[in-house]
Amino acid sequence: MLRSTTKLFKLAPLARFQSTAAAAQPLMKKFKIYRWDPDTPEVKPKLKEYEVDMNDCGPMVLDALIKIKNEQDPTLTFRRSCREGICGSCAMNINGENTLACLCKVDKTSSKPEKLYPLPHMWVVRDLVPDLTHFYQQYKAIEPYLQRSTFPADGKEIVQSIEDRAKLDGLYECILCACCSTSCPSYWWNQQEYLGPAVLMQAYRWMVDSRDEATEKRETMLQNSMTLYRCHTIMNCTRTCPKGLNPGWAIAEIKKDIAKASI
Amino acid sequence: MAGTALTGLQKQVLSLYRRCIRESAKKGPARDIFRHFSRSEFNRYKLLNKRDFTTIEHLLRLGTKRVDTMANPNVKSVHI
Repeated sequence: MLRSTTKLFKLAPLARFQSTAAAAQPLMKKFKIYRWDPDTPEVKPKLKEYEVDMNDCGPMVLDALIKIKNEQDPTLTFRRSCREGICGSCAMNINGENTLACLCKVDKTSSKPEKLYPLPHMWVVRDLVPDLTHFYQQYKAIEPYLQRSTFPADGKEIVQSIEDRAKLDGLYECILCACCSTSCPSYWWNQQEYLGPAVLMQAYRWMVDSRDEATEKRETMLQNSMTLYRCHTIMNCTRTCPKGLNPGWAIAEIKKDIAKASI
Repeated sequence: MAGTALTGLQKQVLSLYRRCIRESAKKGPARDIFRHFSRSEFNRYKLLNKRDFTTIEHLLRLGTKRVDTMANPNVKSVHI
C-alpha cells in the first residue's frame, strides 16, 4: 500500500509537466515596474523591465508579481495578503489606474508592457510600497466607531430596522485600500487638510448609521473650507474604486445633510 | 559660514540635528549611545551632493520619523 502511494506522488508532477509543455507556446509579457531602494536614497527611482510567460502564470497582475519575485528578482517589494480583493494591501497604479493588483487581469492580447507604479502622490517606502501612515491617521481622526450614550436595558444588541440597515450598503464594503484618495487631485494638493474620499465615505457611513448618536459632532468637525469642501466632485474616486463603490456620492450626501441642518 | 545665509533646507537639516542631540541628552546613562548613533547616521550622508534636494528631503522625513520614535521615553537604547 505504502509503495503504491509513493509511486503516485512521483508520477503526479511528471504528468503535470507534460500537460503544460504540450499546452502552448510561451506567451511572454513585459512588465515595467517602478523600483526605488531606500538604502541608497541618492540613486534615483527607475523602471525595471521583467518578462513573464503568461501561459505559466495566474491571470492577475498579482500572480505575475509573485512569479517575478519568486523566480527572477527576490528584491522586488510589494504588499499583498488575501489575493482576492478583501484586504486592500496590493493597491497600486497599474497602467495609469489605481487598482488592486489581485483584481486586475493582465491583458494577454496586447503586446504593450504593463506599467506598475506605487499609489501616486504618496511617499514611497520601497518599490511599490507607499507610506499610508497619514491616511490611517486621517481615518482615526473621524472616530470610526459607534458612539452613543444610552444602551438597551436588556443588555442585548442595539436593534436597527431593515431600511436603516440598507442605508449602510455601499458604504461598509470599503476596504480602505486608498485607491480613491490617491486618485483625487484635490487630495494630491491638500493632503494635510483635506480628508479624501475614502475617509469621508467612512465618515458618512457613521453619520447615516441609525445606532450612532454623534452625527451632530461629526458634522461640526467637517464644517470648514478644507476637510470636506475640497471635494469638487471630480469623481475620479468613483471611477477608480476597485470595489465598485461610490465615494463621490457619499461626499455629496454629507454636503446635503450639512446644508439641510444649517437651514 | 562666513557671511553666507543658510538655505531653508540647510536650516531644516541643522534643526533636525539639534533635535537629535537634545533628545539624546534626555536619555540618562544611554545618552552617549544615542548621540553616537545620531551622529553616525548624519555622517553616512556627509558626501551627498548638496543639490540633491529630493534625497535630502527624503532623509529629513526619515530622520524626523526616527527622532519621534527616539523621543518616546520608553525607548531605552539603540543598536546599529
